[in-house]
Amino acid sequence: MDRRDFLRRALGAGLTVAAAGALGLTLYDPKGPSAAGPALPPVKLPDFSLKAQAGRMAVVRGHERVAALQAGFKALGGLETFIHKGDQVLIKVNAGFATPPSLGATTNPELLHELIRQCLAVGAQRIVVTDNPINDPQSCFSLSGIGQAVQSAGGALALPLERYFRPTTVEGARLIRDWPVLHGPFEGVTKVIGLCPVKDHHRSGASMAMKNWYGLLGGRRNIFHQDIHTIIAELAMLMRPTLVILDGVVSMISNGPTGGSPDDLKATGTLIISTDQVAADALGATLLDKTPADLPFIGQAAALGLGRADWRSLKAAEVSL
Amino acid sequence: MGIVTVRRVSQVFFFAWFLWFCLVSSLGEHYWQLRGWPVNWFLQLDPLAALGSLLASGSLYAGMAWALLTIALTAVLGRFFCSWVCPFGAMHHFLGWLAGWRLGARQRVERNRPHAAQAIKYYLLLGLLAAAGGQVLHHLAKLPLGLGSVSGWLLLLAILAACAALGVRRLWPQPRQALLAGLGLLALMVGLSLWASPGEIIGATLQTGLLDPIPLAQRSINLLLLPALDAASGQLWVAARHYQGAWLIALVFMAALLLNFIVPRFYCRFICPLGALMGLLGHWALWRVGRREAKCRGCQLCEVSCEGACEPFHHLRASECVLCMNCLDTCRDSQMTYATRRSAAGEQPLPDLSRRGVVLSLVSGVAAVPALRLGGVLGPNWSPALVRPPGALAEAQFVERCLKCGQCMRVCPTNVLQPAGLELGLEALWTPTLNMRIGTSGCQLNCVACGQICPTAAIRPITLDEKRGLGAFAKAGPLRLGTAFVDRGRCLPWAMDRPCIVCQENCPVSPKAIITREVYGVLARARVKAQEGQTVRLTGADLPPGRLGTGDYFLQAAGGGPTNRQRISGNGADHVKLPPGEGWQPSPGQEVELVVRLQQPQVDASRCIGCGVCEHECPVSGLRAIRITAENESRSAKRSLLL
Repeated sequence: MDRRDFLRRALGAGLTVAAAGALGLTLYDPKGPSAAGPALPPVKLPDFSLKAQAGRMAVVRGHERVAALQAGFKALGGLETFIHKGDQVLIKVNAGFATPPSLGATTNPELLHELIRQCLAVGAQRIVVTDNPINDPQSCFSLSGIGQAVQSAGGALALPLERYFRPTTVEGARLIRDWPVLHGPFEGVTKVIGLCPVKDHHRSGASMAMKNWYGLLGGRRNIFHQDIHTIIAELAMLMRPTLVILDGVVSMISNGPTGGSPDDLKATGTLIISTDQVAADALGATLLDKTPADLPFIGQAAALGLGRADWRSLKAAEVSL
Repeated sequence: MGIVTVRRVSQVFFFAWFLWFCLVSSLGEHYWQLRGWPVNWFLQLDPLAALGSLLASGSLYAGMAWALLTIALTAVLGRFFCSWVCPFGAMHHFLGWLAGWRLGARQRVERNRPHAAQAIKYYLLLGLLAAAGGQVLHHLAKLPLGLGSVSGWLLLLAILAACAALGVRRLWPQPRQALLAGLGLLALMVGLSLWASPGEIIGATLQTGLLDPIPLAQRSINLLLLPALDAASGQLWVAARHYQGAWLIALVFMAALLLNFIVPRFYCRFICPLGALMGLLGHWALWRVGRREAKCRGCQLCEVSCEGACEPFHHLRASECVLCMNCLDTCRDSQMTYATRRSAAGEQPLPDLSRRGVVLSLVSGVAAVPALRLGGVLGPNWSPALVRPPGALAEAQFVERCLKCGQCMRVCPTNVLQPAGLELGLEALWTPTLNMRIGTSGCQLNCVACGQICPTAAIRPITLDEKRGLGAFAKAGPLRLGTAFVDRGRCLPWAMDRPCIVCQENCPVSPKAIITREVYGVLARARVKAQEGQTVRLTGADLPPGRLGTGDYFLQAAGGGPTNRQRISGNGADHVKLPPGEGWQPSPGQEVELVVRLQQPQVDASRCIGCGVCEHECPVSGLRAIRITAENESRSAKRSLLL
């Protein structure tokens, strides 16, 4: 080995030792990882309710959904009371199952079409329709007729893409803590409307306006069924909507919430529009021949100050078609 | 434009179509989704898929008749498919070129020398076809038993005559041997017919799809490349797609591609059974590559980029030539032609195949079927984990048709259809099975996409009415894939006194196939100390404060009963609150119980269709507390469950 060769090798070996040492010391971790991953800053959904319109409610008795919706808004002083020019409106439908609209397990597409049309007519800038359904999302939106209704009415459909979910904590809640919630479609949104049918539900008693927000949860949300009434009440804490529209024109009275047969449906002829989702559910319960006391989540939500279980005290505008 | 340029355009054109058909196999309304695109076209053009399924099943299903076009063209033109159409061939062609682009001419000629191993693909082909031909053999073996009829005799005579005609040239000079051979054949057939029980042992299994390049490429792109690429872009699916055991598919696919760096077109030359079939089909091809004159300058440039290793410079291995036309392009003297005349340098129709090798591969193929089935996979030891998609044929018929192409798994909107792994048997490898834990929601009630796309009707193209048992199918009832079984040791309401019934909620059948029985589970016993208004103070109880007012918990008199029970509306460590109103009220000193109301799920097997939504949704996220196995599936009467 000559001197030149020795120097070259010594330099190379020195650099190798220095590089390995530097890298090792920089990344040296004497403790090892902790049990929990790094905590993400919790995010919150904004409050979309209008304080000036608290406790408004219209009850329309009739069997034509489109006419009922029009009559209901008229009784409340027009949709422009709630939706203003330039508003970006998110409509949370119930698209839970990949079943045709005739089976009534999902939001009625004609009613949705009319709602989008009316929102645009009063000057809404953009309409987003979303849900994180139980069955395959694309199949749900396409088979339920919701996708088609959104497209033809001029709204936009937001599929529940994985990147749309962010860990969320609801203040004062016991269950919704650091849980993935559908946030993406709410980007820029100023008003939120919940639009869903009245359905039988074996575990909770009924699936209505408050339960509809279940479709904002991601992850393995089914574990919440262990404490169904609490989660429904917490969903009402998570989402304070501008309006809820509860479609009891036809209700699913048995085999819910999937239904599957026209025999599971009954014409109950009632459409409820309200800024108070607890009151809407309390009235909706009667369509399933239940009382609010049969559904503990109504009492829990009322106790949390999220609305009134005694819907009659709201002095709803009642219209018959 | 030279012939080679035209060939490249053709390869790119068909490769692009192939990728496009893989891409558009999604349900939806966009032009880049299923809008009547002929997504099975390449599989249907594949003569090996057609011949294999025809041998095994005895029929040529619908679109598979496209293979006749390929057969006709191959018979006249030679193996044009390999270098002009085959998308897998195009990939090998490109990679082989990439591997050799810095090599000199001499080294490249060396890589393209014919190799004795090129015979392997013929042996593979014969073995695979023999395994698929078990049914034919079975009919032949049964023949002597059917000799009571005139047609039976006629058939037997026809076969003997055919054998005699084939053997006459060789055996005519030795009449005694000819007689012995004939008698031997007859004895063999009689023996087989007496010994062979029908069905299970001598049967057909279609395994061509393991190596057939079209199903292989289709499966690899469908189940590997598209999901991997979409995981990054998220354009095709809402949720990331998963395919169980994809590593094995990847191993085969990557090995096939990377072997090009050892020998270009390694797969095409040594393994491809479709190439072998086309080599045989082109035996009498009218046009062939060949040399114009017996003498040329001898530069061997014609072999520098010979794709098939068919040695056009010496004497052409006609069956190995893939019509890449490179030799026509590289020859400076225009010695190489594609013409009707024989090559002036001489021809050899096939590589050297030994008779022993041929017999061995045929026998191995036939023997493979009993070897695969003696474990009883089609009999008493069938796997209940193998849950087939709706409309799938009975298992013995299913394995006669399934190409393992993965089209059904590609189109399935929920991703529940999965390639079966080795644990479900070698015969079932990469055939469709349902894994309820993967995907968005089990087998969707209103979907029949898999049967509509299946190129060979291994999954029949059923209608929604047939699947759901509506209309004309009302009497037959819905198709059942299996049955849900509740694992009471894992189910929350059964094993842990926790309310749940997510499975019942999601059951899509009306009336539901999951019923519940109401039970009040005792959590604690206590004695009433005092009652102050709605508050009941207890002794002997240590309650979790604020946790019992959820609507699921009740206070009842010891022993219980519907008339002496009240729902708890709130609690502290030593007291509970009851709602105001009428009904049972505890009295001081009374023994009481704190109970939880449970609805325990139970499956009504007469209504369960085995769709697996319950298993998918079960909150016990690992080994689910309700699981589907194939018992009671409609396709097999032997597996029925109920009286």
